[in-house]
Amino acid sequence: MTASKAAPSKDAHAMSSDRVLRVQDLVVSSHTQPDRHILKGVSFDIAAGETLCLVGESGSGKSVTSLSIMGLLPRGVLEHRGGDIYLEETPLLTLSSARLRELRASRIAMIFQEPMTALNPLMRVGEQIEEVLVMHRKGTTAGERRTRVLDMLEQVQLPDIERMYASWPHQLSGGQRQRIMIAMALVLEPRLLIADEPTTALDVTTQKQILWLIRQLQERHGTSVLFITHDMGVVADIADRVCVMRHGEVVETQPVQALLRHPLTDYTRSLLMAVPGLQPRPSRPVTEREIVLEAIELEKCYGRHSRWARLRGQQDTRTAAASDVSFALTRGRTLGIVGESGSGKSTVARCVMRMIEPTGGGVRVMGRDISTLGRAALKPHRKRIQMIFQDPFRSLNPRLTIGDSLIEGPVNYGTSRAQALKQAEALLIMVGLSGEAMTRYPHQFSGGQRQRIAIARALAMEPDVLVADEAVSALDVSVQAQVLTLLEDIQTRMGVAVLFITHDLRVAAQVCDDVMVMQKGRVVEYGPTSRVLGAPEHAYTRSLMAAAPGRQWDFAAFQPFDDVSESRSSDAFSTGLISGAQKA
Amino acid sequence: MLGYCLKRTLAAVPVMVIVALFVFLLLRLSPGDPAAIIAGDMATPAQLARIREALGLNEPMHIQFFRWVGELLQGDFGTSLMSGLPVTTLMAQRLEPTVSLAVFSMLLSVLVAVPMGVLAAWKHGSLIDRVIMALSVVGFSVPVFVIGYLLIKLLAIDLGWLPVQGFRRLSEDGLWAFLEHALLPAMMLSTIYIALIARMTRASMLDVLGEDYIRTAHAKGASERRVLFRHALRNAGVPILEVIGTGFALMITGVVVTESVFNIPGLGRLTVDAILSRDYPVIQGLILVTSGVYVVINLLIDLSYALLDPRIRYR
Repeated sequence: MTASKAAPSKDAHAMSSDRVLRVQDLVVSSHTQPDRHILKGVSFDIAAGETLCLVGESGSGKSVTSLSIMGLLPRGVLEHRGGDIYLEETPLLTLSSARLRELRASRIAMIFQEPMTALNPLMRVGEQIEEVLVMHRKGTTAGERRTRVLDMLEQVQLPDIERMYASWPHQLSGGQRQRIMIAMALVLEPRLLIADEPTTALDVTTQKQILWLIRQLQERHGTSVLFITHDMGVVADIADRVCVMRHGEVVETQPVQALLRHPLTDYTRSLLMAVPGLQPRPSRPVTEREIVLEAIELEKCYGRHSRWARLRGQQDTRTAAASDVSFALTRGRTLGIVGESGSGKSTVARCVMRMIEPTGGGVRVMGRDISTLGRAALKPHRKRIQMIFQDPFRSLNPRLTIGDSLIEGPVNYGTSRAQALKQAEALLIMVGLSGEAMTRYPHQFSGGQRQRIAIARALAMEPDVLVADEAVSALDVSVQAQVLTLLEDIQTRMGVAVLFITHDLRVAAQVCDDVMVMQKGRVVEYGPTSRVLGAPEHAYTRSLMAAAPGRQWDFAAFQPFDDVSESRSSDAFSTGLISGAQKA
Repeated sequence: MLGYCLKRTLAAVPVMVIVALFVFLLLRLSPGDPAAIIAGDMATPAQLARIREALGLNEPMHIQFFRWVGELLQGDFGTSLMSGLPVTTLMAQRLEPTVSLAVFSMLLSVLVAVPMGVLAAWKHGSLIDRVIMALSVVGFSVPVFVIGYLLIKLLAIDLGWLPVQGFRRLSEDGLWAFLEHALLPAMMLSTIYIALIARMTRASMLDVLGEDYIRTAHAKGASERRVLFRHALRNAGVPILEVIGTGFALMITGVVVTESVFNIPGLGRLTVDAILSRDYPVIQGLILVTSGVYVVINLLIDLSYALLDPRIRYR
């Protein structure tokens, strides 16, 4: 907190009445254990029209802070123990729940991380926005409310607003739902908008549009924004000031430029250093020529090949989740498949694993086509190709000890239990855990540790290929960096090839030797990472690169790639990094 | 929506065909001559021949089946061996008491159980929650007839508020007389359903209250009541509806004990009588009707899901 005083924040000179939100020494602790503080005296403020980014890794207390401001701390779980929160001149912590309800949506509003689940599935989206008016503007007529809602839908730039009004949430895409949430949050023109990771679940191109929309509406309505994120790229793009949190404390608060260039604390410095660069690292030299995994014109179609439909002269209704996908992966290399949701990258991974049946083309593992093998014939090939999943919290059976999880595969393939246990212990040590972990259960480990266990589990089968499906996407950047280093280490030691599926271009640029970019089930670009991400040829790859947040910053070097392209205007999105990367 | 309804309705047809086949074979596959079973031990050969002729047992199996189904479709379920009355007439007489009692009991259950479940979920972990859950365990575990006789002792004999036994028809004796006589049996019938529905409501509400859109509703400044009833309860509705539906079907077919305790001339009593006197045509008719009730109620549940949830509607 000394840091926040030392930093010359831009509102330090402003009148106190300019401050829309003031959080002072906020202490929140667990309801059952009053000594366990989740927030240990958090202080910051936000000026009118300002965007303050609250940054931190998981467990830093940034979401708890935002819920405290809204008065939405989970009852019976977390409790205020001290400090104050002022919204303009109103102290929030002492308000009655009825008064607090009045303030919600009318003076403070909030949007959330998961637009897919944040809307009531049983109400039309127009009605959900209108409900805010029904509750807070009692005297309005139905006609007035409808006009106002349509106006908001227009402002969040949704197409065909009359139809939108009557849509159900499940009919809309993630980006559209987040626009609905924004419309709902801003319909009463609140003074403060709290945005809790509002773009984390969205594709980069959608993320860019939503960030732009928030910025635009903020300027039009003069709203202050408290923006919670873990993504330094997003911070660089939208923050005026940044408040870094760790373990329930504010580490430092600085204007964004100052923070990115001259972080005051080692923690912020390490956070910035851990951001993977967008500039691709050079591919490793080719040492092996043996192709371990090959896909030949792989195709997966969904939907029935309906004879009845064809008899009636209807069009074929099948959709191709992946078509004409070909690649070759040699021993010890990493091939990245990148793309947005729905691009078919996970479909390809699942076809290669034979978790789903490809509808065309071939998959060769160690030269043998496995795409048409039956269950029994497939079994010896299964162990050659192993998978690491996205969510380490759900990919380990909670009722099995780590040891049992690790030996299950080898024992199925005829290794003796004693032998398998010995190997498993060695593997745990190799992935950086101790042998004691064998007798413990998954819930006793952190996300990063669980992902290490998942890697050990995959390696226990001594595979030739590891398929990593968004394997580091759920992890904090610092943990992410460690897991990626571990993967690379294992790769050099064991010569295993990795098929790395990710939506994160930064990660792809740092770990992949080759990259394949997919869009709508097709490969649009495929080649060495340095070329595909360094000098993309296809328009889609370029648009992906352009949408990557904070791409004009070289975070690890604490400076922008090109000082000229620092402005936050929309066209800065289209220049910037690509040219910067080439120069560097 | 229309396509969904049509599909669901058509899916009920094969089920009914299988049930019909089963009921048909029930008599034909029982050991011995069906005519001998029907006629009983004292029948003369002439009587047997007459019965065989009447049932068409001399014809090939599939002809018999199609003729029987054809008669069913025309509403002819055969004639009771005991009373000589058409089975349809017998069942029609008994249908009203059973159905009116079941509907009344289910209404009572829902009106008591759903608010209890919502309250328990809202005050999750509190004393109220624990009391409600404890009561529901009692509702589950005490046998129906014990509750029935206890209620009779207390409300009818000791306090004298309600009649001990008997039944009045809604159609003939009016609402008041019906309610007066149906309240005790309905209370007895509904205890287990109150326990079941309250539990299901609580569990389903707890799930839903943890959803993101509930947090959104709070963030919009919605009152507790609005959040609970407008946002949460509707979303929690599908599993609750499922229990209500199956419960209702079970109630129609499982009223035997209640009807015996309170001496109500319903389908349950008819079933017991028919089984005891081996009145096969009546048993067949009852099986057909009760399975039909199951199928129809399941269909209604499916269709009401679609009304409740737009995601099902557009599938």
